[in-house]
Amino acid sequence: MEHYINLAIRSLFVENLALAFFLGMCTFLAISKKIETAIGLGVAVIAVQSLTMPLNNLLFQYVLKPGALSWAGLPNTDLSFLGLILYIGVIAASVQILEMTLDKYVPALYAALGVFLPLITVNCAILGGSLFMVERDYTFPEACVYGVSSGASWALAIVLLAGVREKLKYSDVPPALQGLGITFISSGLLAFGFMAFSGIQL
Amino acid sequence: MSDVKAKKIVLSPIADNNPIILQVLGICSALAVTSKLETALIMCVGLTMVTALSNLFYSTIRNYVPSSVRIIAQMTIVATLVILVDQTLKAVAYEQSKPLSVFVGLIITNCIVMGRLEAFAISNPPWPSFLDGLGNGLGYSAILIVLAVIRELFGSGKLLGVEILPLATEGGWYVPNGLLLLPPSAFFLIGLVIWAVRTWKPEQVEKPDFRIQAGQAHGAEAH
Repeated sequence: MEHYINLAIRSLFVENLALAFFLGMCTFLAISKKIETAIGLGVAVIAVQSLTMPLNNLLFQYVLKPGALSWAGLPNTDLSFLGLILYIGVIAASVQILEMTLDKYVPALYAALGVFLPLITVNCAILGGSLFMVERDYTFPEACVYGVSSGASWALAIVLLAGVREKLKYSDVPPALQGLGITFISSGLLAFGFMAFSGIQL
Repeated sequence: MSDVKAKKIVLSPIADNNPIILQVLGICSALAVTSKLETALIMCVGLTMVTALSNLFYSTIRNYVPSSVRIIAQMTIVATLVILVDQTLKAVAYEQSKPLSVFVGLIITNCIVMGRLEAFAISNPPWPSFLDGLGNGLGYSAILIVLAVIRELFGSGKLLGVEILPLATEGGWYVPNGLLLLPPSAFFLIGLVIWAVRTWKPEQVEKPDFRIQAGQAHGAEAH
């Protein structure tokens, strides 16, 4: 149990997907003008990440890994070169399914998420999370924990940045630094803040 | 197609319409792989190839793909090219591919690739599309190389592993700025690059949402 709590805390703060690995930066910078939209997008990322990570883990452990097909009588097969195309396929499919399910059963949430949901397919935080999972060879329970906590880490970062940007509107920024420039510098400062967590082990 | 137009397609993304600092595309890898020039160069070559070739291939089949399945078609082309780059790197330069970690795979979701397919290749013939992909890849490479040179030179006193500034710890005079090797410095550097480019080319400056009026007397001028 301690192992899983450690993993969750580490991926939430120390290895924050947005601020330590710079994943999902495009959406991170583009859709962080308002706190409400940032929260909506954050929730969507958590949902997709906790859904796709276990699926991709099963795919990796039982189909793609070298020797993973031994249950089918093919112990010498190594399909890991097919990884990238299959992971992105799983992600695209589960975003589509999630979209249809939400539309049918939870229309309120579907309307709130709006255009962000399909955009998540090309959010590199999702694919990046799956690739980290493969690189670190997580087991199935570890992948479930990592999926939820890494999604939450991204959501945390975008909500924090949106909070900073709402206040930034009132400050006097040099014209050439207006908009994108100052956003980069404030996210740099946020990333510094998160470096204070580095080295924490539970 | 005239040479002038071809030149414009290749050169305009480098400064006038740069994918990273103006279109805000492909930032993730720009931040993550720039602490060393060597990794940055590998990433530049990989991304430029994928962008140019996916633009070329998608543009040749653009009239046969119904728009409802175009995203899947694009994804398949891009993912196949990225797998090729990834496998080639692992076979030819295994040591150099290690620090790139997951970022080669992430070229699939790099917004520059998808963005150029949707914005250019979908409505242009193959040759201009190829040039457009090449130009945008070069625009991305320009920013990456600037960042990587600054970070590696002043962060560890080396370029491509060759000592340029002798370090104080090894009897030289240069005290390295360790901050530049840490991830957050990439954010600051891109912010400063944007500041520099927009001071040089003021037409790229974004309009603020609103201005706080300095006072009643200046109220009229604030607009």
